[in-house]
Amino acid sequence: MSPVRPADFPPPFAAGDALAEPTDPEDERIDVGVLIVGGGPAGLACAVRLGQLLEENPRLAERLGEVPVAVLEKGKAPGSHLLSGAVVNPRSLRRLFRGRKTIEDMPTYGPVHAESVLFLTPRGALRIPTPPTMTNDGNYVASLSELGRWLAEQAEESGVTILPETAADKLLVTGGRVVGARTGDKGRGREGQPLGNFEPGADVVARVTVLAEGTQGHLTGAALEHFDLGGENPQVWALGVKEVWRVPKRLDRVIHTLGWPLRKASRFREFGGCWIYPMGDDMVSIGFVVGLDYRDVELSAHDLLQELKTHPRVRRILEGGERLAWGAKTIPEGGFVSLPKRLHAPGLMICGDGAGMVNVPALKGVHYAVESGRLAAEAAFAALQPGRTAWTRGALEPYDASVRESFIWKDLQQVRNMRQAFGRGFWMGGALAGMMTATKGKLPPGNARTEHDAEHALLRSGRARQYPAPDGKLTFDKLSSVFVSGNKTRDDQPDHIRVQREVPIDLAEMWAAMCPAQVYEVGEGSGDGTVTVAITPSNCVQCGAITAKGGRLTPPEGGSGPEYTLT
Amino acid sequence: MATLVFLEHHEGELEKRGLAVLSKAASLGGEVAGAVLGAGVGDVAATAGRFGASAVYVCEDPALGAPLPQPRVDALERLVRDQGFDTVLFAQSILASDVAAGLAARLEAGLNWDLSDLVQQDGALVGKRPALGDSVYVDVGWRGEPRIGLFRSGAFDPVETGGEARVESFSATFQDFSLAATMVEQAHEERTGPSIEDAEIVVAGGRGLGKPENFALLEELAKELGGAVGATRAVVDAGWYPYGSQVGQTGKTVSPKLYIACGISGAIQHKVGMQNSNVIVSINKDGNAPIFEYSDLGVVGDVQEILPKLTELVRQRKGA
Amino acid sequence: MKIAVCVKQVPEAVKRIDPGTKRLDRSGQGALNPYDANAVEEALRLRDGAGGGEVVVLSLGPPGTVDALRKTLAMGADRAVLVSDEGAVGSDLLATSYALARALEREGADLVLFGQQSGDADGAVLWAAVADRLGRPVISQAAELTLADGSVTGKRQSEFGYDVIRAPLPAVVAVADSINEPRYPSLKGIMGAKKKPQETLSLAELGVEPERSGKAGSRTEVLALGEPPSRGESRMIENGAGAPEQIVEFLVEKRLV
Repeated sequence: MSPVRPADFPPPFAAGDALAEPTDPEDERIDVGVLIVGGGPAGLACAVRLGQLLEENPRLAERLGEVPVAVLEKGKAPGSHLLSGAVVNPRSLRRLFRGRKTIEDMPTYGPVHAESVLFLTPRGALRIPTPPTMTNDGNYVASLSELGRWLAEQAEESGVTILPETAADKLLVTGGRVVGARTGDKGRGREGQPLGNFEPGADVVARVTVLAEGTQGHLTGAALEHFDLGGENPQVWALGVKEVWRVPKRLDRVIHTLGWPLRKASRFREFGGCWIYPMGDDMVSIGFVVGLDYRDVELSAHDLLQELKTHPRVRRILEGGERLAWGAKTIPEGGFVSLPKRLHAPGLMICGDGAGMVNVPALKGVHYAVESGRLAAEAAFAALQPGRTAWTRGALEPYDASVRESFIWKDLQQVRNMRQAFGRGFWMGGALAGMMTATKGKLPPGNARTEHDAEHALLRSGRARQYPAPDGKLTFDKLSSVFVSGNKTRDDQPDHIRVQREVPIDLAEMWAAMCPAQVYEVGEGSGDGTVTVAITPSNCVQCGAITAKGGRLTPPEGGSGPEYTLT
Repeated sequence: MATLVFLEHHEGELEKRGLAVLSKAASLGGEVAGAVLGAGVGDVAATAGRFGASAVYVCEDPALGAPLPQPRVDALERLVRDQGFDTVLFAQSILASDVAAGLAARLEAGLNWDLSDLVQQDGALVGKRPALGDSVYVDVGWRGEPRIGLFRSGAFDPVETGGEARVESFSATFQDFSLAATMVEQAHEERTGPSIEDAEIVVAGGRGLGKPENFALLEELAKELGGAVGATRAVVDAGWYPYGSQVGQTGKTVSPKLYIACGISGAIQHKVGMQNSNVIVSINKDGNAPIFEYSDLGVVGDVQEILPKLTELVRQRKGA
Repeated sequence: MKIAVCVKQVPEAVKRIDPGTKRLDRSGQGALNPYDANAVEEALRLRDGAGGGEVVVLSLGPPGTVDALRKTLAMGADRAVLVSDEGAVGSDLLATSYALARALEREGADLVLFGQQSGDADGAVLWAAVADRLGRPVISQAAELTLADGSVTGKRQSEFGYDVIRAPLPAVVAVADSINEPRYPSLKGIMGAKKKPQETLSLAELGVEPERSGKAGSRTEVLALGEPPSRGESRMIENGAGAPEQIVEFLVEKRLV
């Protein structure tokens, strides 16, 4: 049988499904000044900056109406869907709050004191010098979920309206201009039928729309296609799985690992590693990241994290502790070469992870998100001055220009080929990465190419045999993890996952192993090598992995999904 | 210690749950009396005596004709003040919890509810109760007297110790507001079985049943046991059984005396909906199913084979 | 027609009891007690069915409770009152019902609604205590509610079938969660909530004496926390001809059959 490629089984979804003209009668539309889709670091930074600017310019604030700035957040509350390592570079937050707050006012777990990079073997660990791109001097350990909650409070204090439990279902486009977003319906049953408390979504109409949806942004994906904003190279992603533990002994350093349990041979395409960060004196954040271009049918990021915890060096840190939180999320890893060729369209700007602003070797993206949000706010503010609109040609070009002039662009350009180098295997990748670092990105010249994660043919190697059986103390099964993510999604609602339902068994098994939340299961076989795919949508923690591997995630009913607080 | 136990009755007989609390009170020592309010109470004295009461106080005022709480608060207040009880105990029911709470406010007395046990500890009366979805247990106490306690269903069984109780009638006066609510209609319905929330026995099914038709086997067993049928999220999602029967994190939480889990693996999402059942019996083909870790009796076997025979055996026992 | 609804905010995330204070850890995010959403929904329906009136939502809790109250305003309630005071921390049923009764007297509502139970302490007792303090008739576990001619009629499931109970207004009613499906707040509702009147009162402003509140006003206490009693030995039977018989034996032994 010929090898199966997920890309050969595209999902029943088209970009047009996420775009629409406004349909509500005028008096039922919700009018806001600036609409921000996504209550993460990018969206909230944009909101905070706009709040500051409007405080200083009350006349403009008045012109923008009753709701000058609104943020749509699909999670239960800001922070519910935020997950990251995280070691945050504070420069953007300092800039955002200059003259008002310092980093000490923000919820963090303090500056990084020491760090190590370890190369793991099944039982051992070799300390290797920290690559220059990965040093964390001056950076702060934080929970992105907590930071998000705090940013939301700051935004609200300056008059921003945050609308949680509200999914943005469609981008409103009319006459080639983006005019806002339509929110998702609530109270539909499994078959789509309206239930007793059915509440239809609403057209939220705005003069400027900022998409800050994070990884695999639903409207962002549609916008990139519709307005032909995509860069030369397709975006690629990694899947990160994370836990927060209470531990009896303080961890004194930030740790990153490479090597085991990922395999070095290039045919496996297993790029990634793990982090362990101290969160104060009694907690640690531990996570595992693997590129979604991997090929092994049985590769499960969830179970690789469980396996990683059995390593003596890691077990030692967690022993006697208690798992407090779990979550999963994808990370855009294409870097510079996968950035959109333009970050704006009439009435629209795109920020943060949704645009792919992540420095993969440094494992940083939060500060780019915050900075891009701030720059979008400045551009929106300028475009909304009397006599101007955000829909005229070039009105939002200053946003693109400011991003290109910022450290976001400079940083990403410098490390632009690193991730792709590792597509050639660990050793080759390491060598190339070293070269890039030493020459600050000048060598090797040119830009590498990326391929869609779903393009790579699947293979089998019996990998699952090595995953540890969950013991309920150190290692856990997927459903226990989903429980600890706080996920209590309402069952009786339409399925939000778009995948083909009759596929070759290799593909179905790959999805089942890939998904950290056990959404997919292999169903009945039809004898010819194809099987049905059984789906439990209410398990979904909206990590986005399926979109990278042949399917398409869409937002479920607002308020669904995980309720992260510590991730 | 002088304890008064509120005893409910139905069609001339005392409710078992009240007798269970009476037995418990008797085991703690001191004077124990029962209170029976309302008409048609038959030979209550004899029954209460067998379960530990030395006295039964009866009030048959027409105001107590309907099973409404507020006149009972007036009556019990009178009794407590006149007789000087320092402890008043109730067995959970809709009526009992309303009476207990109203009485607590009336007497400015502490009320601890959802008790699963009551003990003497270091010279004080200490209640034990679960909390936080039954994930922790808490010791609770009272400050001052009287002390009011409300026991959760199924906490104990009545224990006959033999004995006699004397009957004393008493009369009470009622507040105007206590008499304001009236029972317009009390209907006895022929129900196919208890609702899942009220059922003392739940027979639940999961994907391990193999096919939706097998729920018929569970319905048979539940009928024989006088219980209700439950279902996991997976089978409700698949349309095998209605959502109203779903037990678990996103369904109902139940704590029956007996939970029989058939073909259920026992993932935590299900566990949190039934983990505090008194007795858990699980039947599953997979010997490694997580549910066996928290079952009192685990049966590795095929539900389709076991259930019909089990139902037949129960039927025989009941017939005998 | 004025309807008051008593609501509570309960911790949202994984719930824990603080081992130091032995009280529920309310430091994390909170949400409206889901059972109270049924009571708010019913109040809104009754108000709209009567062709007008006011729905005021009351709560006793920490300052963060405004979030839960805002949600009720977003659903359509008209006004919110929060009684928040350090002195109320640690209040048991007695102290809580006393403070709530004072707040309700201040409102003078025709009908007071409660939800079926509180999600955190699982108490199904508050309304009866409040009704006694207010000197009002009480109906509990109402699965259907109608208003007519100055009285309220509630239908509820009983052990043996159902009861229909009528009480003249003003009255106190606790609604069962089966009574309705609470509405989702509309976006307009959420945005409009901020503009609706919300007041916060201290215990002193309410006229609640310090000795009737908090620990001082309570007559019960939490003494200790512990693990639930272990399930004890669990028995396993392998599949075999005798399995059904062994199960029955076990059930008989446990006095379940």
